[in-house]
Amino acid sequence: MNPDIQVRKHKSQPKRSYARFSWLEGAVGHSLLICYSLLCLFPVLVVVLNSFKQPLAIFNAPFVPPTPDTFTLDGYKTLAENANFGLYTLNSLTVTLSSLGLILLAGSAAAFALSEYKFRFNTLLSLYLSVGIMVPIRLGTPGILELAKTLHINNTLWALIAVYTAQGLPLAIFILTAFMRQLPKDLKEAARLDGASEYRIYLLILPLIRPAIGAILAISLIPVWNDLWFPLILANGEHTKTLVLGASMFLGQFVNDYNAVLAALSLAILPAVVLYIIFSKQLIRGLTDGAIK
Amino acid sequence: MRKQFSPHLLVFLLPAVAIYSLFMIYPLFTSLWLSLNTQINNGPEHFVGLANYFRLFQAPEFSGPFWNALWNNIKFFAIHMLVQNPVGLLLAVFLSKQLRGTEIYRTLIFTPTVLSVVIVGFAWRLILNPQWGLHTTLLGLPSTALTTVALISVWQNVGIPMMLFTAALIRIPSEFYEAARMDGASAWKIFWNIQFPLIFPTLGIVSVLTFVGNFNAFDIVFATQGALGGPNFSTDILGTLFYRTFEGYQLQLGDPYMGSTIAGVMLLIILAGVIAYLLGWQRRIQDLQY
Repeated sequence: MNPDIQVRKHKSQPKRSYARFSWLEGAVGHSLLICYSLLCLFPVLVVVLNSFKQPLAIFNAPFVPPTPDTFTLDGYKTLAENANFGLYTLNSLTVTLSSLGLILLAGSAAAFALSEYKFRFNTLLSLYLSVGIMVPIRLGTPGILELAKTLHINNTLWALIAVYTAQGLPLAIFILTAFMRQLPKDLKEAARLDGASEYRIYLLILPLIRPAIGAILAISLIPVWNDLWFPLILANGEHTKTLVLGASMFLGQFVNDYNAVLAALSLAILPAVVLYIIFSKQLIRGLTDGAIK
Repeated sequence: MRKQFSPHLLVFLLPAVAIYSLFMIYPLFTSLWLSLNTQINNGPEHFVGLANYFRLFQAPEFSGPFWNALWNNIKFFAIHMLVQNPVGLLLAVFLSKQLRGTEIYRTLIFTPTVLSVVIVGFAWRLILNPQWGLHTTLLGLPSTALTTVALISVWQNVGIPMMLFTAALIRIPSEFYEAARMDGASAWKIFWNIQFPLIFPTLGIVSVLTFVGNFNAFDIVFATQGALGGPNFSTDILGTLFYRTFEGYQLQLGDPYMGSTIAGVMLLIILAGVIAYLLGWQRRIQDLQY
């Protein structure tokens, strides 16, 4: 390879390190990555394509796209008549957005305190809060159910919001504290000299932590949106079902109606993929920057 | 850092510390407390010490399912370590080469990870259905079901180690590669002598995340095989056993005390793994650095 090109390439993307590769390695790499990407897409495509086909066509030729002869929307009709997917989606959105909002609000305030003040129990408190990064909240389920009954929030969306907030806080505080410690001190000190209150200073630095907030949103979103365990145990009534639980129960009920099952799966895939497309950049950055420390 | 104590401190800390303590730490302790108690015929709750744990390990109605689930869980974890993490690393090595289209590959390969386990489980159940041309029923035979479920879980989660390994590989300075190329090192040699040692810390993080995730797993077995971990309990793991014991299933009544006991054992296993990682792995890495 021409050395000049090498240098220029390097300058344009100074942060990336290059493992230079030969033609053969490139070919091997591409074929491996293409094969693996197909393996990742294949089940999703099979589900979505077959959801528009008549049952006979599903079994006779599962890997053929629907044709005008085999096309049908029966599955979606069954779905509309038998399951309240609109309500389930609304429940999922309410729970996810509320807990993400609370995680950010309470998490950034706590991180501000931990990064900004020196007090006696600072280190101890940080350690206490980081226990939840590694210990899964699921293991406290018997205690959580008992608590939810005591507080009369059992079988409401509040129980889910509280649990997901508690679950997301430790990692959020950990990432935000590390991020806030790196912010320049001049700005805060100048504001203090001008007589700004501590709350004002907190509001002042919130816009500065936007990159970290994006990462936290992206990391917390998937486990909350996709959780099956807590909806199953804390909120399995018809009016509190989340999309994942609703889909799961519908699938169990209509297990032999392939059209309905495939339609339900396709509809459940849709919001996840839309969210993923919106957040994929933050998600990837969050996973790569935030998780390794 | 400001040194003086101020009342603002409490205002900032209170919401997070209160929610976290009330809904995470306190329930963990009440669950552990429940595991040390029992109740006979709706009588008063009374303290029995470690009797529930001995019952779980030894009593015929509990010990059989428990040891079966633990053993299945160990195999489940082993399959993830042997397949998920090496495949994730392999993909990361090629992704970090910055081939054309890397972004697209990365996005596609990560897609299964953002899908719900319910979708993934059902989609694979349909594809592996014998009516769709498959000769044997992989999920229906006790001999193949656990491996199949574990591989479905690997298929879904391989994106996470892939991302973490890619991030670590991208951080390796290009001078290292240049020097190795000058010496005429092959790609294989570069991998073993440069890339692998430098991503060793990430390997530790990936392993401990896999360990915690696997010994806490539930959804994938529930979605593909049901709460009973069928066929004939061949895919029953600690998570499904915990669910059945605690919530009850079909004819079996829910038992919060024995359920908490299983959760207590899972907590001990996970803590042991995390502590082993913190003490062993991290110290070795520190030795390497200094």
